[in-house]
Amino acid sequence: MTRDDAFAQFLLRMGDNTLILGHRVSEWCGHAPVLEEDIALANTALDLIGQTQMWLGLAGEVQGQGKSADDLAFLRDAWDFRNVLLCEVPNGDFGRTLMRQFLFDAWHSIQLGRLMKSSDERVAAIAEKASKEVAYHLERSADTVVGLGDGTEESHRRMQEALDYLWPYVGEMFQSDEADAEMVKAGIAPDPASLREEYDALISRILSDATLTIPDSSFAHKGGRTGAMHTEHLGHLLTQMQWLQRAYPGAKW
Amino acid sequence: MYAQMIKSEATQDDPEKLAAFQARIDAGEKIEPKDWMPEGYRKTLIRQIGQHAHSEIVGQLPEGNWITRAPTLERKAILLAKVQDEAGHGLYLYCAAETLGVSRDEITEMLLDGRMKYSSIFNYPTLNWADIGAVGWLVDGAAIMNQVPLQRTSFGPYSRAMIRICKEESFHQRQGYDAIRKMAEGTPEQKKMAQDALNRLWYPSLMMFGPSDKDSVHSAQSMKWKIKMNTNDELRQKFVDQTVPQAEYLGLTVPDENLKWNEERGHYDYTDPDWSEFFDVIQGNGPCNVDRLADRNKAWDDGAWVRDGLLAHAKKKAARQHAAE
Repeated sequence: MTRDDAFAQFLLRMGDNTLILGHRVSEWCGHAPVLEEDIALANTALDLIGQTQMWLGLAGEVQGQGKSADDLAFLRDAWDFRNVLLCEVPNGDFGRTLMRQFLFDAWHSIQLGRLMKSSDERVAAIAEKASKEVAYHLERSADTVVGLGDGTEESHRRMQEALDYLWPYVGEMFQSDEADAEMVKAGIAPDPASLREEYDALISRILSDATLTIPDSSFAHKGGRTGAMHTEHLGHLLTQMQWLQRAYPGAKW
Repeated sequence: MYAQMIKSEATQDDPEKLAAFQARIDAGEKIEPKDWMPEGYRKTLIRQIGQHAHSEIVGQLPEGNWITRAPTLERKAILLAKVQDEAGHGLYLYCAAETLGVSRDEITEMLLDGRMKYSSIFNYPTLNWADIGAVGWLVDGAAIMNQVPLQRTSFGPYSRAMIRICKEESFHQRQGYDAIRKMAEGTPEQKKMAQDALNRLWYPSLMMFGPSDKDSVHSAQSMKWKIKMNTNDELRQKFVDQTVPQAEYLGLTVPDENLKWNEERGHYDYTDPDWSEFFDVIQGNGPCNVDRLADRNKAWDDGAWVRDGLLAHAKKKAARQHAAE
């Protein structure tokens, strides 16, 4: 694997995470439990889509095949997507959506913090911009997880169920392969495994405030960030997201 | 705009107070929440501001219908930002209504059980991507026609909410026009989408201004109170005059065979919408009424545990802080 291949792979991973999660969050539009949450969910989705434009734009540049961020978002099939599985699982109830957001935001904020020191200044610049948005995402999702975990009996039960369902999808964010090794060597991005300690400390603190119990299992589903095996859900998401571009090839929108 | 057929409440207050109140309005003063106001003024405003707020909220649904299918990342971002702005408008307007003594929960319940209405336009479906452009161009365009004069309305909080809302709405209208222009200048299929959107949304947009003046029985009192600034037909005419040249520029055909410039009047002559269809929609028989209300009710019911949970947590937190002090 050449350095540029590895770099493109890394950028697709960043951009596909934000694209797929942003899409999922946008599915909530107009259906949130309270108006402030409608606004916050739309805002989060908007930030994530904005970050996608930057990551996938750079990915296209590094690939050097003249592909735009839109080409990458709308014209790849599921096997070419590199997002972690956590981002593509369906929304479920509001509790699962916010728990997924929290588990991702915690990783995302730590990752962006490291990327701000990337040897590639384009990566550092995107990370710097995104990290401001993500600091707010994390603050909000953590507060909501605490509020609902430590709320009523029902909200506690639902949040624990959400955590139990999502926990097997957490480990994938810390797995690595040769592309990651290349990135570490080039000083572009950290080793995913090196984020785990800080992550565990952060989520343990919040989940403890939320009176929730982290499942006693280190099992992790995998296959999203390598593209080897996505969930069945991704294909349906892409069917909807890519429909216009696929049905009317070459049109300008 | 999103207020249609707002019934003015009759008022039975002390004639002297009423005269003094009217004098303040005539002098262009703003009425603030703590000032004395006739009961009819208060109730009419609650109904009007509430209907506008509900329209912003229900209006998320036809636009949200296309967020997950937006054709480019930029269009998706623009649409998300717009829908977010609209939810924000709902929030300011509910706050303005709260200053008149009705809580957001109360007014929401009235929407959900059908006691309060939202604009008829949101009971029409968004069927192709050009509809998203057309909603910005026509629907926001029609809304602005009414909201710009309402910046001068007599009730302070409503007027201030309108000033903020108008800034964002005119931005949405420009974005909508840009989106439909791209379609109108695009492939034959895209052009067909744009024309189809205009065909379906033209008359429903004209209906947004409410019934013809000759059938509009509630206007006089509201205009005297400066809650309503222009008649329905004045605004509709202004909208037609503004929009027809834009459609021509796009190369789209307004679906009205009688549309023509009247030199003598200095306005376009146009065909009125089918008012029987309008009254059907208002009475719950539009293409989407049942689904829209069901969606809102489901969101509210499914979210009950979230609202209860967050409230319970806030109380626990306050109790813990209290115990620690």
